[in-house]
Amino acid sequence: MAAAIQPQLVYQRPESLTETVTHYCPGCTHGIAHRLVAEVLDEMGIREKTIGVAPVGCSVFAYNYFATDFVEAAHGRAPAMATGIKRVLPDNIVFTYQGDGDLASIGMAEIMHAAARGENLTVVFINNAIYGMTGGQMAPTTLPGMKTTSSPVGRDVESMGYPIRMAEILATMDGAGYVVRRSLHNPANIRKSKKAIRLAFETQERGLGFSMVELLSSCPTNWKITPVESLAFIEDHMVPTFPLGDYKVNDEIAKLRV
Amino acid sequence: MTKELLKGNAAFAEAAIRAGCEGFYGYPITPSTEFLEHMAKRMPELGRAFVQAESEVAAINMVYGAACTGKRVMTASSSPGVSLMMEGISYIAGTELPAVIVNVMRGGPGLGNIAPSQGDYNQMVKGGGHGDYFPISIAPASVQEAIDMIALAFDLAEKYLSVVHILVDGNLGQMMEPAELPPMKKLEDPPPDWAVSGAKGRDPRVLSSIYIDPKDEEVTNIRLFKRWLEIEANEVRYDEYELDDAEIAIIAFGTAGRVASTAVREARQQGIKVGLFRPITLAPFPTKQIAELSKRVKSILVVEMNTGMMLEDVKLAVQGKIPIEFYGRLGGVTPFPDEILEEITRIHESPPKLGNGQVMEDWLERLEKNIAGGR
Repeated sequence: MAAAIQPQLVYQRPESLTETVTHYCPGCTHGIAHRLVAEVLDEMGIREKTIGVAPVGCSVFAYNYFATDFVEAAHGRAPAMATGIKRVLPDNIVFTYQGDGDLASIGMAEIMHAAARGENLTVVFINNAIYGMTGGQMAPTTLPGMKTTSSPVGRDVESMGYPIRMAEILATMDGAGYVVRRSLHNPANIRKSKKAIRLAFETQERGLGFSMVELLSSCPTNWKITPVESLAFIEDHMVPTFPLGDYKVNDEIAKLRV
Repeated sequence: MTKELLKGNAAFAEAAIRAGCEGFYGYPITPSTEFLEHMAKRMPELGRAFVQAESEVAAINMVYGAACTGKRVMTASSSPGVSLMMEGISYIAGTELPAVIVNVMRGGPGLGNIAPSQGDYNQMVKGGGHGDYFPISIAPASVQEAIDMIALAFDLAEKYLSVVHILVDGNLGQMMEPAELPPMKKLEDPPPDWAVSGAKGRDPRVLSSIYIDPKDEEVTNIRLFKRWLEIEANEVRYDEYELDDAEIAIIAFGTAGRVASTAVREARQQGIKVGLFRPITLAPFPTKQIAELSKRVKSILVVEMNTGMMLEDVKLAVQGKIPIEFYGRLGGVTPFPDEILEEITRIHESPPKLGNGQVMEDWLERLEKNIAGGR
C-alpha cells in the first residue's frame, strides 16, 4: 500500500490581502498586481507600518483588498497625499496605486514633483492604455490608432498627441531611486514584476528616494477583446511602444539580491 | 510673554506652530507669502514637516494626506490659490478630517490684484467646494485676534472633525502691530483613534470621502449637517462696540470692522448714537444675535470690502424688520474711516425707511462720488 500523501501548503492568500470578492472584470490584471504588492508587504514584514493611497479609476476601491491602513485620494493627487503622509510619518511605508489616467494625465504635476523632490514613496503604476472606470476613453498612454470611446476612429496623433512614456520621463529625475517598467501578460513577466515591486519597496525602506514600477496591464472589457487576446495585445502592441526595462536603479538596489 | 511688534503673516504662522502645527504645505502667493516663508524657516528647525508644493492643488492634497494621520496640519494662501484648493477642501470635509486653511484675501475675480479684499466671503463662508459640507469660517480683525483664532481654529477643527477657514485680508497679513504670541504647545501623542498610522495590532483603517451607495452618502450628509447644527449652537463668536444705547448699528467683519470702529468712535464724539457689531465667526453666522440687535436699533449699516456678500446673511437675520443700508469698497480698495463716518452722518441726519428697493443703486451712486473724489 502506498504511503498517504501528506498535504503540503504551497500557495495561500497573503496576509496583506483581504478576503474580498473581486470587483475587477474577468481577465483584468489589477488582481495580479494587488497580489504581488501584498506578497511583497508580507515578505518584507511591513504590512503593519504600511499606508496605501488609492487613486480614482478602476482601482478606486483598492483599499478593500489590502489589510493595511489606506486613504483615498482625489483623481491624480495620490502622490501629493502620499507626500503629506510620509512627511509627518517618515518611519511608515507609504505607497500609491495609480492608473494611467490618474498618474499620467490629471496627476502629471503631482507625480513629476513627487519624483523631483525625491519623496521616499513607492508608486505602483498600472498602464492599460485606457480609462477603465468611465468606460473606455482615450488615456495619455493610448496607442496611436487605438480605438476608444473618445477616439472612435482611432487615436490620431496629429490631433490627439502621442502616448506618454512615464517610466522614461521619471527616470530623468535626480530624486528617483528606482524606476522600471514590467508587464503582467505572462507568468515569467509576472515574476519579474514581483521582483521589481519588491525592489521598489526596498528602495523606500532604505530611504533611497522615489520608486515606481510601471506595469503593463490588460483591459479586455474596454479593449473589447477576450482576456487571452488582451494578454497577446500587451505583448504584441504595448511592449513595442512601452519597452520593458530598468530606467533608473540606485546602485545599492542594483546590488541587492531578493 | 510680552507684546512684540509682529508682522501679520509671520505672526500667524508662528501662532500655528505654537498651537502644535506639525505639517505645513503651501505655495507662494502674494499677499500671503510671508506665512510660507516663516514656515520654511521654522518648521525644519523644529523637526516638523514643511513642503513647498508644486501648486495649491498639490499643497491642499498634501494637507489632506497629513490630516489623515491626525496631526495638526494646515496651509495658507490667497484668493486665486484658495480657489485651486477647493477640490481638496471638499475631500477633507467629506472625509471628516481636521484641517486649517488661512486665506489672506486679495482683490478679484481672476488674477485681480494683490490688494486687501473681502471678495472671497461667499467662497469661504458658504463652502466653495462641491457637495454638502459646512466649513467653520473665522474672520479676525487684528494681528492679535488672528493669533488667538489660529489656536482656536485647530481646537475647533479637531473637536468637530471639520475644515476651518481663517479669513484675513492683505491688510492684516502685511501690517505690523504689537501682539503677544502664546507659549509653545506640547505635541499630542499618540494619534487619535481614527487616524492612519499603520495597522499594527489593530484592524486596518480606511479614510475616504467615497460613499458609492447614495444611502450611505445621505447618512454621511446628515451626520455632517447635525454636526453643523451643533457648531451653530455652540461656536458663534462676535464683538460688540458701543452698542448699548445705539440707534444705528454697523455690521462689519475683519478689516472693514476695524475701520468702522474708528468711524464709530468719531461719530460718538459728535454725539451720534452708533455702535459696531463685528461677527468674528462668519460661519456659524451670528444670526440670532443680529436678529436680537435689530430689535434694539433703528437701522443697520453693513460695511464690507465686497459687493455685499455678508449683507445677504444680515438680511436673512433681520428679516426685513428694520432698514439696512450698505457701503462697500471693491477690487482691493479699503474704505477710509471718514467714508464710513459720512455714511453714519447721512443715516443719522435722514434715517432710511423700510422698503427702499434702491439700496444698492443708491450706494453705487455715493460710491461713484467717492471714486471721482479720489478716495
